[in-house]
Parts: sequence; C-alpha cells; structure tokens
Amino acid sequence: MKSAATAAIQVSGLTKSFGDHLVLDGIDLSVAEGSIFSLLGPNGAGKTTVVQILSTLIPADAGNMSVAGHDVTTDPHGVRSAIGVTGQFSAVDNLLTGRENLRLIADLLHLGRAAGRRRVAELLDRFDLTDAAAKPVSTYSGGMRRRLDLAMTLVGTPRMIFLDEPTTGLDPRSRHTMWDSIRGLVRDGVTIFLTTQYLDEADELADQIAVLDQGRIVAEGTPAELKRRIPGGHIELQFPTLPALDSAARLLQAASRDEDSLTLQVPGDGSVAALRELLGQLEDAAIDVENLSIHTPDLDDVFFAVTGHPSTRDSDLQKADA
Amino acid sequence: MSTLAFTLTDSATMLRRNVKHQIRYASVTIMLIGMPLVFLLLFVYVFGGQLGTGLDGTHTGRSAYLAYVTPGILIMTVASAALGTALSVASDMTEGIVARFRTMSISRGAVLTGHVLGTLIQTVLGLVVVGGVAVAIGFRSDAAALKWLAALGILLLFGLALTWLSTALGLAAKSVETASNTPLFLTILPFLGSGFVPTDSMPTGMRQFAEYQPFTPVTETVRKLLNGGAVGHSAMEAIAWSVGITIAAYLWSIHLYNNRPIR
Repeated sequence: MKSAATAAIQVSGLTKSFGDHLVLDGIDLSVAEGSIFSLLGPNGAGKTTVVQILSTLIPADAGNMSVAGHDVTTDPHGVRSAIGVTGQFSAVDNLLTGRENLRLIADLLHLGRAAGRRRVAELLDRFDLTDAAAKPVSTYSGGMRRRLDLAMTLVGTPRMIFLDEPTTGLDPRSRHTMWDSIRGLVRDGVTIFLTTQYLDEADELADQIAVLDQGRIVAEGTPAELKRRIPGGHIELQFPTLPALDSAARLLQAASRDEDSLTLQVPGDGSVAALRELLGQLEDAAIDVENLSIHTPDLDDVFFAVTGHPSTRDSDLQKADA
Repeated sequence: MSTLAFTLTDSATMLRRNVKHQIRYASVTIMLIGMPLVFLLLFVYVFGGQLGTGLDGTHTGRSAYLAYVTPGILIMTVASAALGTALSVASDMTEGIVARFRTMSISRGAVLTGHVLGTLIQTVLGLVVVGGVAVAIGFRSDAAALKWLAALGILLLFGLALTWLSTALGLAAKSVETASNTPLFLTILPFLGSGFVPTDSMPTGMRQFAEYQPFTPVTETVRKLLNGGAVGHSAMEAIAWSVGITIAAYLWSIHLYNNRPIR
C-alpha cells in the first residue's frame, strides 16, 4: 500500500498566530499515502490548529499545504471532498438518532436514497451500533458517541482521514475498540492523520511520528527511530550494602553507580540472554542482588528528552527538515 | 445549474434536520406560539373594553379592539417565531456537528437556510393557531380570499426578514444566553408602533419613531387588508423594509458564518 513517491499531505513553512500568540512556527510535514501519521504533543502544542488548517476550517497565515493532491488555500472544496474529519469534540447531532445522523451525512454527500441506506446500515453494523440506531444520540455512552462520530466521517469513504485526539476521555476498552477501527481503515488503504497526547497511542498505531512542542516540530521519525535517539535501555540493580555495590561496580565496568540508593545501572536491552549473562557474572562473584528492574526506552523518554529539556533540542534530536 | 441544484438539495436536507429538532423539542415551538396568544387574550379581555372605546369608528368596545389588535398580534406571532431562530442557530453553533459540516463539500449557506425555512414553517403554524384563536373569540373579516393571501404574503415576507436578522444576531452572540436575549426587542417593537394603539395617541417623539419603524407599515398593510380600507403606500413601505432587511441580514449572516472562529 505504501508508496514513497506520493504524499497524501505535504506541508511546508506552515505558520499561524492568534493575535500576538504564535501557535505554529513554520511547520514542515510529509505524510505518505496509506500510512498512519501521528502528531504528538502536549495540550496547547498546536495539534488541533494544524488539523483545523489542513481540513480548511481556518486559514493559515503562511505556508504551502496540499492535502490529497489539492491545494488547501486555493482549492478548499477539492480538499473537503477528499477528506473526513473526526474532531476532538463529538461532531454528532444529539437530538437525532444514530441512524438519522448517518442518513443526514449520506444525504449531504448526495449518495442517493438506496446507496445511502445501504451505506448507513453497513456502518451501523461495522461499528456495533445497530441496536442503538433508533435511539437519540443524547442517550449514547462516550464510546458509542465516538464510534458514531467515526462512522459519520466514513460515510463518504474518504481516502484521507483526520482524527483529532480520537480517544481522549475514553475508557481503556473503548480505546482499544477505536484502535482496532483505525487499523481496519489503514488495511483498506486510507491515510490517517492522527493527533494524540498519548505516547502509547502513537507508538501503537503510527508509522511515522512528529513531536510538536510550542508550535515547532522538535523530533520526527518512526517509533523505532525515535526510541533509538534517546539513551538506550538499562538494567537497574540494587544491592543490600555499599561493599556489595562496590564489588559489583568493579565487576561491571560499564555501569554507572548511585551510592545513595545503592544502585547500579547497567546498559543493555533487557533480553533474556543479556540478563542471564549478567546474573551469571554476579553469582560467580558471589555478590548479593536485592532488587532488579529492566528499563526499556519508550516514547515517554523521547517526549521528555525532546520537550522537557531545552538543552537537548539543539542536539541531534532536532531535525529541522525531514 | 448543478451547483444550484445541490444548494437546494442541501438546504432541504438541513430543513428536514431542523423540523426533526422542532418536533423533538416541541416545548420551544409551544412557547413561541403561546407568547402572542397570551398577549391576544390579555389585551382583548383585560384592556380591550377600555382601549376599544378610544378607537375611531362605528364599533366600539371589546369587539372593535379585537378587530384592531389582531393584525398587531399576528405581527407579534411572526416576530416571536423569528426570535426562536437566534436561539436555535446559536446553540447549533456550539455543537461539533457544525464544524463537521464546514469540513464537508456542501453549500455553505445550507445550514442557515435550513434554520430559516424551519422557522418559516413555525411561523405559518403560529399564524394558523393565533389567527384561529382570534376568529374563535370573535374576530371577523369580510376580506376576500385574495386579500387574506396577500396579508399572509406580507406577514411571511416580513417573517423572512426578521428570521434572517435573528439568524445574524444568533451568530453574532457570544453565548446561547446572549442569543436568547438580544432579539427580544423584536417582540417589543409592535408596542412601539401601531400594533396595539394608533400612533397618533402617542407623544410627538414617540409617535415619530412609531411611524417610521418597519413594524408600523407592515401592521397597517395587514390591518387594511383584513379590516378593509385603502392599503395605500404602506404596502410598498412594508415590502421595501422586508426586502431591505432580508438582504442586509442575509449578507451579514453569511459573513458571520464564514468568518466564525471554531468554537
């Protein structure tokens, strides 16, 4: 499905301010067709603003943007006919029933009566909403509402879908259902632009991640690439006494020691082989270990490394042009 | 051609949505129609006996006042229905679904047109109910069917103007609460015109305002059509005001809708 030659979204030099407040400070993005791209960032980083600009809701101050082959500034109608958007707040009509909501969208897309009904029935079934189809949306749970919201986005089978924090506020089970739905879309060849503040969500779903902080892309790459850019994993050993710590430190040359907590941090990926070797060495030297924990790098480490410490921003973590 | 066809289809789709809202939120329609109804009964049965004696003409008393005030009450019915539009538009704008509409390739004005057409249906319903009650309590008109239709036409044209104005006020409001208060002046204006008493009974400053505000020519036209008498230039004035307000308020509404920040 993936093709490096065609980009579903191409953005360069995107800038936007609200009054004196600079929200987006020159953003460059490229999203490959048929992939999941995740824009990751804390609240207020400007994620929603990016979605609003790319989905033609608000104009940019500057920048070149194309979505699904249409220029966002000069051909907003072309963009609108190719995209589907599920925003941060549920975009459903609370006074209508689930089925009426879907029909409304089918009518607005001019699907025709028969085709519209078929599509609506199909989506109700796919999102497990058939039983609730005749109930007003105001009686739906949060998870059902999000499912209906996504179903409404899919009525017109868009090739490009924007999902702005699709799982914020959902319980874990509903989150996993949503993730499955998103994966299903990609299997059908849809391109997804996902914003999230959850690192595990980006890690779980995305092919490509860009970290947005204070209006700038501070890191970009695949989840694996991002994880590789931060100090690697380690095994933390805690010892009962200072002499034990000392002898272990002499034994394991590459370790860094902390006398206050009587711990040693040994670089390593935490694989079974590495652990067995490490514990073997310690046993041979008759050193008692009180506690052991394995620390693998996750996106949290990336996130804090690139957004939490300004000093690391100027290092190799920052990639101005990707 | 196809753009126009799509605009019409989209507006019809939005109208269906608004009619469903009205049916499910029937209390709003009942309140909007109930308001002029209460004023009709209040003015006829409480003030009518006294006010009727002050009118010129052959008949005096309560029945004369009923004949005089009914056109004023019908205008108030139109204004009351229009008022509801500000509320429904403003609360719609707080819903995420409007943002969805704006990311879809649909005619931009369709959402607003749906609201306006929905209100006009409410207006017709209100006019039938209020007019029916007026007849039930003794209002009689020997006007021909054509004049009744002309009166309905004038009322609906004015309703269209007030509804677009109310739409713009609903869009301009910072909150749903503001939207419910701002257009209240629309229901006060019939009092500050010839809706309830003849303008020549008012003090000079008041009278000048009353004679030149748009509700007065509309009231006078409807009154002449239903109660007899030469319509004269008031019909032209009523139509000019209605068309002028409609165009200005429509352009204002579309401008506000297109430039509206997202929630």
